Amino acid sequence: MKTFLKILLASSLAISASAKEIKLLNVSYDPTRELYTEYNAAFAKYWQGKTGDTVTVSQSHGGSGKQAQAVVNGLEADVVTLALAYDIDAIAKQAKLLPADWQKRLPNNSTPYTSTIVFLVRKGNPKGIKDWDDVVKKGVSVITPNPKTSGGARWTYLAAWAYALEANNHDEVKAKEFVARLYKNVPVLDSGARGSTVTFVQREIGDVLLAWENEAHLALKEFGADKFEIITPSLSILAEPPVAVVDKSARRHGTTEVAKAYLDYLYSDEGQDIAGKNFYRPRSEAVAARYAANFNQLKLVTIDGEFGGWKKAQQTHFADGGTFDHIYQP
Amino acid sequence: MLPGFRLTLGFTLFYLGLIVLIPLAAVFWKTSELTWPEFWRVITMPQALASYRLTFGASFCAALVNAFFGLIVAWVLVRYNFFGKKIVDALVDLPFALPTAVAGITLAMLYSHNGWIGQLLEPLGIQVANTRLGVFVALTFIGLPFIVRTVQPVLEDLDPELEEAAASLGANRWQIFWRVILPVLMPALLTGFALAFARALGEYGSVIFIAGNIPMKTVITPLLIMGELDMFDYAKATALAVVMLVASFVLLLAINVLQWWTNRYNTSNLA
Repeated sequence: MKTFLKILLASSLAISASAKEIKLLNVSYDPTRELYTEYNAAFAKYWQGKTGDTVTVSQSHGGSGKQAQAVVNGLEADVVTLALAYDIDAIAKQAKLLPADWQKRLPNNSTPYTSTIVFLVRKGNPKGIKDWDDVVKKGVSVITPNPKTSGGARWTYLAAWAYALEANNHDEVKAKEFVARLYKNVPVLDSGARGSTVTFVQREIGDVLLAWENEAHLALKEFGADKFEIITPSLSILAEPPVAVVDKSARRHGTTEVAKAYLDYLYSDEGQDIAGKNFYRPRSEAVAARYAANFNQLKLVTIDGEFGGWKKAQQTHFADGGTFDHIYQP
Repeated sequence: MLPGFRLTLGFTLFYLGLIVLIPLAAVFWKTSELTWPEFWRVITMPQALASYRLTFGASFCAALVNAFFGLIVAWVLVRYNFFGKKIVDALVDLPFALPTAVAGITLAMLYSHNGWIGQLLEPLGIQVANTRLGVFVALTFIGLPFIVRTVQPVLEDLDPELEEAAASLGANRWQIFWRVILPVLMPALLTGFALAFARALGEYGSVIFIAGNIPMKTVITPLLIMGELDMFDYAKATALAVVMLVASFVLLLAINVLQWWTNRYNTSNLA
């Protein structure tokens, strides 16, 4: 039996050594389409140069929560690159496809690039929106997705909350009032970030879109800088969209090695450069300096520092009966 | 008894079990993870109650409006001949065929403040997109074919001689419609109403684009269920689903009983 296994092992190694076609599935969230299209091509080239194998990476995009759910329900992702750690935690917890401490496996909380929440306003900024205080003013119409269904919207909600805490000597009651005022100004809560962008840009609803920084830049690029302006508030949240290898699926596909390399390469100079080019803030300071013009300086708070991590933030704010529900209940 | 009864009944039960009962049982199974007090708390959350009111209310109104106008459409299609009738007939099925998300996006575009219809309504102070009215509009759109397609064949079978006979016996037009035509149509109309209503209850794609999805105001129950799923709360999601299921079943059963009753009433009247 042992010899049989050895032969099997040896032959499978032999097969993989001569294999030229590797397939990876990267399950990602909504606004990373452009980023990963470019990155996949770069990685395939790098991997072919290094090993001679060709890698084809397929991408899947959608709301972060929905994507995580799909993986829990059996979508065979080799790697996941989602909007927030809470969603990958859920994969670890519900389906046990990767260890609970996955976020410690790669540098910088497993987030090779970061982003933040900024404002997109119509050209000329007719409502004079400069900071969060202006967003909650009466008569300002605000577009943001539903925090219950959108990862980006949760970052937005927490950014507003953090600003209010800062402005009111960390008074939670005042912070809640502030965020409640903000959501009173929201006429549409789309289910995802792209939906909100469409509402703001194409359906021309709202005075300000609270958006991912990369999404705001993309809207400028796609629809013209003559139509919109990006406003960077004085304070926002450091959004960390993490990446992870889905151990069990990768092992089953025999792609563990290449999946790991795929994520490691995000931290390389080229990977960082592609992130910067696609309006994500690179972790590497050298690369970040190259794209400094795109990224205004602002005070950034972190989820762990300000809110005690995702699990706690989720429980306090977004679970049923949390602060978000209170906003809408009389 | 006709031969083959056992075999066909066996197939029927097997098929219904496979396609309908097993998935439904899974919903109940998943909900049973919750204790009774938890279950009760979930299904009576303020945002859940608000969503039932909107979902059932808007679906009912939409089905009702469709019953009225769908009947007229079917009547025109059956009784009159005009240029382009075949095209109009085909148009009726469009809401069936269109992916609901496409319908939703189109309606949202049309009714938003800069859309074709929206900009006409705005000066009148009527806002459709992102209000409850928008939900009603979307549900009306998707429900129309159900009424037309169930009423149409019955109308086709309805002999105009019946009306002529009634007229020759001195009935006026109103009496003819009320006493002769409507009783015959009633069972089909009720079936169409039930189908349109049931379809509207479960509708998701077209509504979320036009509803605005503001909690307590324009969130339909299916969206609330999606929200729970997005937060990986399967048990809560299925608890809400169970409410939808039970309520829909009771309503459909009631409509079926009503239909059976009108049928009986008809046949006893004719006899």
